[in-house]
Amino acid sequence: MIQFDTVHKRFPNGTTAVHDLTLDMPEGGVTVLVGSSGCGKTTTLRMINRMVDPTSGTIRVGGKDVLEQDAAELRRSIGYVIQQSGLFPHRTVLDNIATVPLLLGWGRRKARARAAELLETVGLAADAGKRYPHQLSGGQQQRVGVARALAADPPVLLMDEPFGAVDPVVRTQLQDELLRLQRELNKTIVFVTHDIDEAVRLGDRIAVFRTGGHLVQCASPAELLARPADDFVADFLGAERGLKLLSLTTLADVPQAPAPEGGAWTLRLDATGAPVAWRHKDAESADIPVRPLRDTDSLLSALNESIAAPSGLVARVDAAGVLTGVSSRDDIHEHAGVAHEQGREGVPSGARGTARAAQDDPHTPVKGPGQTEPRAEDGTGDTDADGAPAPTTAERSA
Amino acid sequence: MTVDWSWISDHTDDLTTLTLSHLQAALTAVLLGLVVSLPLAVVAHRVRPLRGLLLGLSNVLFTIPSIAIFVLLLPVSGLTRTTTVIGLTIYTLVVLLRNTVEGLDSVPAKTKEAAKAMGTRPLRTLLTVELPLALPVIMAGVRIATVMAISLVSVATYIGDGGLGQLFTDGFQRNFPTPVIVGVVLTLLLALVADALLVTLQYVLTPWTRRKRSA
Repeated sequence: MIQFDTVHKRFPNGTTAVHDLTLDMPEGGVTVLVGSSGCGKTTTLRMINRMVDPTSGTIRVGGKDVLEQDAAELRRSIGYVIQQSGLFPHRTVLDNIATVPLLLGWGRRKARARAAELLETVGLAADAGKRYPHQLSGGQQQRVGVARALAADPPVLLMDEPFGAVDPVVRTQLQDELLRLQRELNKTIVFVTHDIDEAVRLGDRIAVFRTGGHLVQCASPAELLARPADDFVADFLGAERGLKLLSLTTLADVPQAPAPEGGAWTLRLDATGAPVAWRHKDAESADIPVRPLRDTDSLLSALNESIAAPSGLVARVDAAGVLTGVSSRDDIHEHAGVAHEQGREGVPSGARGTARAAQDDPHTPVKGPGQTEPRAEDGTGDTDADGAPAPTTAERSA
Repeated sequence: MTVDWSWISDHTDDLTTLTLSHLQAALTAVLLGLVVSLPLAVVAHRVRPLRGLLLGLSNVLFTIPSIAIFVLLLPVSGLTRTTTVIGLTIYTLVVLLRNTVEGLDSVPAKTKEAAKAMGTRPLRTLLTVELPLALPVIMAGVRIATVMAISLVSVATYIGDGGLGQLFTDGFQRNFPTPVIVGVVLTLLLALVADALLVTLQYVLTPWTRRKRSA
């Protein structure tokens, strides 16, 4: 959908922002550009809608060279969301959203009707439309920013650190909303962030940039976390990248057993069958609250819960919140190990993140078991934890 | 100093004519000042090297004594209303130009960038985004310029115009204080009313600045 072909950008002051970038951003996918400040990720994004023109090389959107199109018309055909929303303070929320439709000559009535429709799409109340941006919270403003970008239903959406200025709770909500919207709308999204967790959460593919505008690696989140191309990427992903990998795998495949009876700890349920707390048989300590997990929750949450639970057991519930069984710390650990091994071998783990379908990376040949040489920093000991290392995934999970 | 009330009631028609003439001179000057300073301000805002030059020039014009300006204009436009209006316009420029430039400067870069990224062309951005957002600062300049012009019209008495200023010369020449007092009061009233109207106009034009964040 968006193709960069040996694109180079040098600014008049001599700094190279983007260095010979060749990158394909697939249609209907979320490509996240990450890297520290000054790595060229924002410049790369801005070259797509010609907010910046490249020094050399070609950028094609939908097969058409962007430089051969009128810049203003090109921009109207591409949604754009920026940090702190960049809303027009003197226009009502409705008129802000209607910006591009009005530029396209839809007429005020039709543009406003479309804007009203989008308020609902992004989860805002209808009466928010009459307000001015400064009367909304940061999170609400960001939703308006997204609605404005979607107004003319562009196939491509550019998002430049859109959730950078909101608090972590709202940020998570907005990320969830974006994933929900993306399931409905299936846009081609290019998303810039410096937050690797956000990248892992949202990206179908993640492109890691290094200072000087060099693209270091572009891969699916699972592959990136399991097999960083070099030390720079590994450092950028952080020391907990093994745990981050677990956030991409769900709990669904982990076996469960009936809740224990008569042990030191028993699981208390409420009237509907939903787990509430662990109670010690001697009642010498207070009840410990339970955070039950669904099949769609990640292995990372399960691991976290299994460490917090006194019995090492995780309460599993169905979609309605009714207890279905418990999973042991050992089982969760074992599956965590499997997820890692799959990642190292380039096999997309069985049930990837709740939001996205697993996506094979055509650029990465899948290595056979014999070629697999676990990287030193990957071997955190989990392969040995449950006995002899098994050579293949299939045997391991059998 | 006593006021001769019968003089006032005998001269209501004259007073009305003078007041309207006074107001017309001041308002024409402010409007002309806006017409001249808006494009100049846009140039000064966009072309950095010209900015200092234009603002400096308007400052220099402002330092010319008002009587001197009228005298200098005499060979050009003679003892006419035109001379009055041109002179006053020159004075309004310094305030209008500076405030308009500052108003345009005050528009957040993020907002202009958003307009561009949405596909708004530069002229439309200027008219529908930059000028509206600069309006509060521009209006502050218009208010100062208007009050200043209203008070300065009187100086044009020296070239036979001057609106209510004629009352001052009349009173001084006859050593009769009533016209002077009436002239001062009417000038003050004109300034106050004009300012109040401008505040109202700004309120109407900038609805987004009215309501503060509601819970």
